[in-house]
Amino acid sequence: MDFSYTILIPLIPLALFVILGIFSKKIPPSISGWVGSLGLGTSFVLSCYTAYTYFLGGKLNGVYQTFIYKTTWLNFTDKLHIDLGVLIDPISVMMLVVVSTISFMVHLYSRGYMKGDDGYTRFFAYLALFTFSMLGLVLATNLFQIYIFWELVGASSFLLIGYYYTKPSAVAAAKKAFIVTRFADLGFLIGILLVSYYAGTFDFQEINSLHGSIITNWAATSFMGLSVFTWGLILIYMGGIGKSAMLPFHIWLPDAMEGPTPVSALIHAATMVVAGVYLVARLFPVFYFVEDGFALQIVAYVGAISSFVAAVIAITQTDIKRVLAFSTMSQIGYMMLALGVSKYDGHEGLGFMASMFHLFTHAMFKALLFLGAGSVIHVVHSNYLKDMGSLRKYMPITHITFLIAALSIAGFPGFAGFFSKDEILAAAFESNMLIYVSSVLVAGLTAFYIFRLYFGMFWGQNKNYEHTPHESPWSMTIPMLFLAFMSIAGGYIPFSKYISADHIPFQSHLDLPLAAIATSVGLVGIILAFVFYKKENNLPERFAHAFGVFYKWTYHKFYFDELYLFVTKKILFGMVGFSAAWFDKHIVDGSMVGIGNVTVAISNKIKGWQSGKFQDYAMSFIGGGVVIAMVIFYLWIN
Amino acid sequence: MEAILFYILAAFMIIFAVASVTSRKILRAVIYLLFVLICIAGLYFLINYNLLAAIQLTVYGGGVIVLFIFSVLLVHHVELELEKTPLKRKIIAGILSVLGLGITLWAIFTYTFKTATTSYSSIEVKDIGFKLLSYGNGGFILPFEVISVLLVAVMIGAIIVAKGNKLKEN
Amino acid sequence: MIAGINIYEILTLTSILFFIGVYGFFTRENLITVLLSIELILNAAAVNFVLINTYLYPDLLQGAIFTIFIIALAAAETALAIAIIINLYKLIYSVEVKDTETMKY
Repeated sequence: MDFSYTILIPLIPLALFVILGIFSKKIPPSISGWVGSLGLGTSFVLSCYTAYTYFLGGKLNGVYQTFIYKTTWLNFTDKLHIDLGVLIDPISVMMLVVVSTISFMVHLYSRGYMKGDDGYTRFFAYLALFTFSMLGLVLATNLFQIYIFWELVGASSFLLIGYYYTKPSAVAAAKKAFIVTRFADLGFLIGILLVSYYAGTFDFQEINSLHGSIITNWAATSFMGLSVFTWGLILIYMGGIGKSAMLPFHIWLPDAMEGPTPVSALIHAATMVVAGVYLVARLFPVFYFVEDGFALQIVAYVGAISSFVAAVIAITQTDIKRVLAFSTMSQIGYMMLALGVSKYDGHEGLGFMASMFHLFTHAMFKALLFLGAGSVIHVVHSNYLKDMGSLRKYMPITHITFLIAALSIAGFPGFAGFFSKDEILAAAFESNMLIYVSSVLVAGLTAFYIFRLYFGMFWGQNKNYEHTPHESPWSMTIPMLFLAFMSIAGGYIPFSKYISADHIPFQSHLDLPLAAIATSVGLVGIILAFVFYKKENNLPERFAHAFGVFYKWTYHKFYFDELYLFVTKKILFGMVGFSAAWFDKHIVDGSMVGIGNVTVAISNKIKGWQSGKFQDYAMSFIGGGVVIAMVIFYLWIN
Repeated sequence: MEAILFYILAAFMIIFAVASVTSRKILRAVIYLLFVLICIAGLYFLINYNLLAAIQLTVYGGGVIVLFIFSVLLVHHVELELEKTPLKRKIIAGILSVLGLGITLWAIFTYTFKTATTSYSSIEVKDIGFKLLSYGNGGFILPFEVISVLLVAVMIGAIIVAKGNKLKEN
Repeated sequence: MIAGINIYEILTLTSILFFIGVYGFFTRENLITVLLSIELILNAAAVNFVLINTYLYPDLLQGAIFTIFIIALAAAETALAIAIIINLYKLIYSVEVKDTETMKY
């Protein structure tokens, strides 16, 4: 089977970026919207076609084959060369579908949302650049290529968050996102260098190979009690922590909501933030086999802690986009912990499959939640819950689609989120009781906060609006309807037949007792939210008051931002930066200025040679003549 | 006999030369120079080159020295004492001169001059005259004419330079 | 050729005279006295020409004739130099060397 046409899937958005970017002033907005959407539509169709042919015909002896098309880009020596190429295997095909679908929906949505904005064409150019980078990341064949596209994704995220560049808060948020992820990428780069140096290769196929040098021989080199490969994997995971906004590098995600809502839907819900999960999934064999899964345990615990902390913080936030941001962090924590508790062979690899399944369904319903929130914000002109209420009367389609997405994320039976969450809980139950209990609690919290949002926006207070809210235009509601459909239907795809850790399909089943526990916890959450928020009352304030200090800490997101600012300003800038600046100013600059001063001093001394006194000149003449005579006589004699 | 004369002349020459370059009174320096020139003329007499001795006395003693004395009288109060040169300059100049002298003497003394064996008696005016105006081998007619042109040029140049601005105004 | 004197002594004498002139050129502070030192230098050179001619090549006459030219040239140059000094004196009313140091940095 020939999948080399898949190179077109990222190249179409790249071409869009170049054209829209160069001619951004000359193309009228309506054309750029159509062009962008059409291009992405083509990529979407190609991805679906690829998935169709691959999943229905890519098996050989019951194992899904990996197809690689690559070319050598930089050739240093025989062993050291950097390739660029396309890797087709189950998870990359699935990610192709996810990225191109969500990107296509966001393009259609943005045509309505960004209408009238000055930088309309620029927005579509940036969206195309992002889509190209994400698709390149997904199709990467080796560590270096994935790093290149990783950084590109970070750069386009920076451009998109700071899209409203005249707003200082947006600029600050863009800088923060870029710097935090860049710092995490430092660990990523060191990890890449470590792993590739000791393994002798960058290529994923060679690294992941069960007979390759890493999996058979990881114990050969060790450093401080752990294998060098374990350190390398932990450092690589550090990059994933940054990009996926896990604790402790999560601080950029809430601030990234300063960007336009379609951007939040595309990048910070469905695609860029799952890059960390994709990275771990891509390197899953090494994570599992090296040091008996030590690095994988770290993945699991980071994921579990992040999901719990994020869910707690999300209950108290008042800005609806920030609630959704923390919800994203929590759900990605789910995906990470599912990978972390997974094993490798066949049915044992349930966690891996569950994580990818949840990635798929989460992309659908989270993007829908964001698009719905954007719809509401577009109409109400405010991000805050206190400015909204009773919108069900004015915006029926938004209401229904938001409800569907909320039910899906809360794990209500029959919706997509129920199926994927159940698989995760089953995998956790089989491996780690502590993580299982925390995940169940998080499920309850998730249901609570998402329905707090739902009731607060569409029921709640009977608000008098200055401009009567109206339903969004068809360009915005059609994508939402499609995503709502996927939020239900996506759960019925038999994922385990397609995605598994060792590329061999297996049969998975619904575990009824666990499903019952999860559903009941979710229902408790929904009922609590109903009681607190359906009608306007002061129950929330009384509860907040009762929790006192704990409430304050949660509301301020556990003061992570303040802690980091303290460390950077007082410790890094104050001590390290101060001495570095002093050194730079006095010694480095001083030596440069000193060279100038020395030159001036020397020239002042030499100036005296041009004294205007002819006798001095004559003395120099005779002196030189004497010296030359001595030299010549000396040479003549010898 | 001639050797003794030579040594006396040499001694006078050196003493008067040193006196000329170190004298603080300007007229005395000029006169000491006159004495040096006369001693040199004596040297020429010693080697039987009478023409040159005569030329030396006439041109230098009667021409150049007179020129010097007139210019000194023109620009100076004759009794005025010249300034003392700073010691540093004197020492550096002294060192340089001694070094130069050393090199020259060393160059001279390490070379074996092949003194001629044929006897030499004197240089006659007749020979000089022939050689000066001869067109043939080893003739000096060309430098003779060139010197004449040079002297004319110098005369004109001196007149113009000495006249100064008034010439330009006219 | 002077009987009883070899060429080395003569050349020593002219060298000493030459370098006395050089010393005078370096140290003197009055333009006219500098000219006097130049005269010393030129005369030493002239004597050198004649003496080498008579000691080493008595058959030839080049050295002797050339000395005539040297004397003529020295006289001409002195005349011109005095003219320049007089002109300078009319301009700056001084013949000190230290007043002529204007072409400096």
